[in-house]
Amino acid sequence: MTSKSQELLNWIDARFPLTSLWKEHLSEYYAPKNFNFWYYFGSLALLVLVIQIVTGIFLVMHYKPDASLNSAGIPVAFASVEYIMRDVPGGWIIRYMHSTGASAFFIVVYLHMFRGLLYGSYRKPRELVWIFGSLIFLCLMAEAFMGYLLPWGQMSYWGAQVIVNLFSAIPLIGPDLSLWIRGDYVIGDATLNRFFAFHVIAVPLVLLGLVVAHVIALHEVGSLNPDGIEIKKKKDANGIPLDGIPFHPYYTVKDIVGVVVFLIFFAAVMFFAPDGGGYFLEANNFFPADPMKTPPHIAPVWYFTPFYSMLRAVTSDFLVVLQLFVGWIWVWALMRAPAIGKLIATVIAVLVIGGMFFIDAKFWGVVMMGAGVVVIAFLPWLDRSPVKSIRYKGALTKIAITIFVVVFAILGYLGVLPPSPARNLVAQICTVLYFLFFALMPIYSKLESTKPEPERVTWK
Amino acid sequence: MSDNTKMDDGRRALVIATSVVGGAAVVGAAVPFLASLTPSERAKAAGAPVEADIGKLQPGEMMTVEWRGKPVWILRRTPEQLESLKKDTAALADPESKRSEQPAYIKGEARSLKPEYLVVIGICTHLGCSPGAKFQPGAESGLGSDWPGGFLCPCHGSTFDLAGRVFANKPAPDNLPVPPYMYLSDTKILIGEDSKGA
Amino acid sequence: MKFLRSLAAATLMLPLLATASDVEIKLDKAPVSFDQKALQHGAKLFVNYCLNCHGASSLRYNRLRDIGLTEDQIRDNLMFTTDKIGDQMKVALPRDDAKNWFGAAPPDLSVIARARASELGSGPDWLYSYLRGFYRDAERPTGWNNRVFDNVGMPHVLWELQGDQVARFVTEDDGHGNKTKRLDKLELVKPGVMSPAEYDQSVADLVSFLVWMGEPAQNTRKQIGYAVIGVLIVLGLLSYAMKKAFWKDIH
Repeated sequence: MTSKSQELLNWIDARFPLTSLWKEHLSEYYAPKNFNFWYYFGSLALLVLVIQIVTGIFLVMHYKPDASLNSAGIPVAFASVEYIMRDVPGGWIIRYMHSTGASAFFIVVYLHMFRGLLYGSYRKPRELVWIFGSLIFLCLMAEAFMGYLLPWGQMSYWGAQVIVNLFSAIPLIGPDLSLWIRGDYVIGDATLNRFFAFHVIAVPLVLLGLVVAHVIALHEVGSLNPDGIEIKKKKDANGIPLDGIPFHPYYTVKDIVGVVVFLIFFAAVMFFAPDGGGYFLEANNFFPADPMKTPPHIAPVWYFTPFYSMLRAVTSDFLVVLQLFVGWIWVWALMRAPAIGKLIATVIAVLVIGGMFFIDAKFWGVVMMGAGVVVIAFLPWLDRSPVKSIRYKGALTKIAITIFVVVFAILGYLGVLPPSPARNLVAQICTVLYFLFFALMPIYSKLESTKPEPERVTWK
Repeated sequence: MSDNTKMDDGRRALVIATSVVGGAAVVGAAVPFLASLTPSERAKAAGAPVEADIGKLQPGEMMTVEWRGKPVWILRRTPEQLESLKKDTAALADPESKRSEQPAYIKGEARSLKPEYLVVIGICTHLGCSPGAKFQPGAESGLGSDWPGGFLCPCHGSTFDLAGRVFANKPAPDNLPVPPYMYLSDTKILIGEDSKGA
Repeated sequence: MKFLRSLAAATLMLPLLATASDVEIKLDKAPVSFDQKALQHGAKLFVNYCLNCHGASSLRYNRLRDIGLTEDQIRDNLMFTTDKIGDQMKVALPRDDAKNWFGAAPPDLSVIARARASELGSGPDWLYSYLRGFYRDAERPTGWNNRVFDNVGMPHVLWELQGDQVARFVTEDDGHGNKTKRLDKLELVKPGVMSPAEYDQSVADLVSFLVWMGEPAQNTRKQIGYAVIGVLIVLGLLSYAMKKAFWKDIH
């Protein structure tokens, strides 16, 4: 480095910890050397976040959140999307990047979460990393849901209608609450404008903050790896983990490969199948929103469908099953949990089991959907295995995870189909299995015999 | 272990090659974003050429048409007014419109296709205000006894003669711009386009 | 990895869940062509037969240059409601009148080819079947009904070209004594100006135009796509070599 640039760097370092930040988070952040395929998705999620923010900024310059009809009888918001697609130079590229990015975000995040599940990335001391991650997932769902209203097509409209009406299921305050969320008696201009504000600024701010917290928490404790062992346990004379390598340059150059490969897939979808076979851009959403006519078959976008299926699965005859389920967890808590746990379990169990006699199934469907997301955050306390990684766990966990993935995929698939009694039964079974995966984890993860973890990471 | 010690020739070559291709890719990706800031098809359609009917314009009268959101003046000059343009060119900043914006086919002191009809964009070249008409020559105009008739910008007092030429020592640097235009017939002018039949 | 492989296998079993769904209407495959002659013919049909009632308010007339027309050709042959080449293809018909006459205002057709995709088939397939699916039905106010859009409000505007079709129904028994009337086929009883083959070709051109109109940039999109992926592959190879060069230290 020339002395001039060294001088400049010194000048900055005296005022801002540039060099130390660089070292702490990149050149002297030691990551395990045995990261595999699954470890690309964290940096890819960051990439997609950047894509969404940049494309979003440019879309906001041309999009108009306005539900009123233009002179041709088309809602202004809907027409402004087509305006971007046709009249704005390069507009279609930016719009397709954003719409493809939305689905890509969930694909990447689901795979990133699955990595955590496989290798026990949520285990002590990484609980906060996992909780921040769960909150990011929650924010992402809110962000996607509100963003989906903006094109103001039929799916935008009726999707929002259905989801906002879920809140009306909450006893006492429900109807007023959903009215308050909409700001109108139906989804209307007021709703569109507030969703716009949340989508473009409020939620992204929270999301960014959480991403920073997620990374800081991770860098505080260090990354885990496919073997699920702590590299910090074996250090060399300089205090550097023996199995650790500096993130920069090793993982920067490796992640660049991942980024480019990902972008090839991304570009393939964006330029050759931007509709994503009707899953990324739904055909019905090319009809402008019409409050007088519900499309014959409405389905949420694919990334919501597993949770949407859980919601639909809750019918009044299914409540008995849920009561039994909650009752069983209560009994189990009474036997095993500490005093405070017993108290909390009792309060919740009485409220839920009792409540199911008085409040109708629609409400419990909403609770179920929420629980399906929230339960993920509790993983760090549900896994009691002496080992972290799937590599050293026993058959029970492997079977459980297999069932979990299949069940999640089935729920997702059912969510895009119109309901039928047979499908509903399958959805109910899958919903129970989904929650059993979590509820039984303390048992099977502890019961099964595990393989001994290696002293050092497995490498080649 | 700094980056430099680990850098060998092979790595350096690959880092440079990847950076060059990657940099080109980033520049390419920036194109649609930068392009999206240029006028859209809607803006272009709104800024399409406009027709003006000058059949009813009497000598000494001026009409204003809107083109691309800006006032375009069409002034039918009297022979006396045209005559006034030839005098007193010393007082003008750019009498021959050498540095001012006008199509190549606009020449001479009249700055128009047909000397009688002046077509200029009525936006002051100083800071974009629209000057007002001061056609009355002489002291009655309030602009001094040697005022030949022209335009006065209300914002900072720039003055222009009846060909839109700016007087020297005024805030405005250039003459009023002449838009591209053409005669569709003797009484019809198309402003904003000069290609067809020209 | 063995675990992951079995997991993948289990996931692949999923489609078995899909039951034979309630597909009744069979759509014909639309022979969509982006040949400029076909698109220009389609544009002409669109302007003459559709644009009286349906707008295409997202499309500007001057965009038709993309299908090989000059501004003068567009102005002389295709523009009836406006004289500004940059205008959008809007209808002269006031929306309220249209609502009174047809029960609903005729929808804007800018993106109809994208909107009409469903589990039955693609958007163009639906349009192709729809425009060839009109039959005489005395019970309907317009005198027309449609094979793929039952009780449609729109009359058969292309009837002079196609002629009159009538529907032949069959009665089916589902084995439980429930009898249902099902439309079996359409028969041309009075020929139109065009032969059936000519008519099919014209409808195909019209549908092709609607597909083009749904996303005028779609050809450009694919061309840019090849270039982008090409660059990314080069970048991918280079970055992989770079990764290898760095990772040779790691033992």
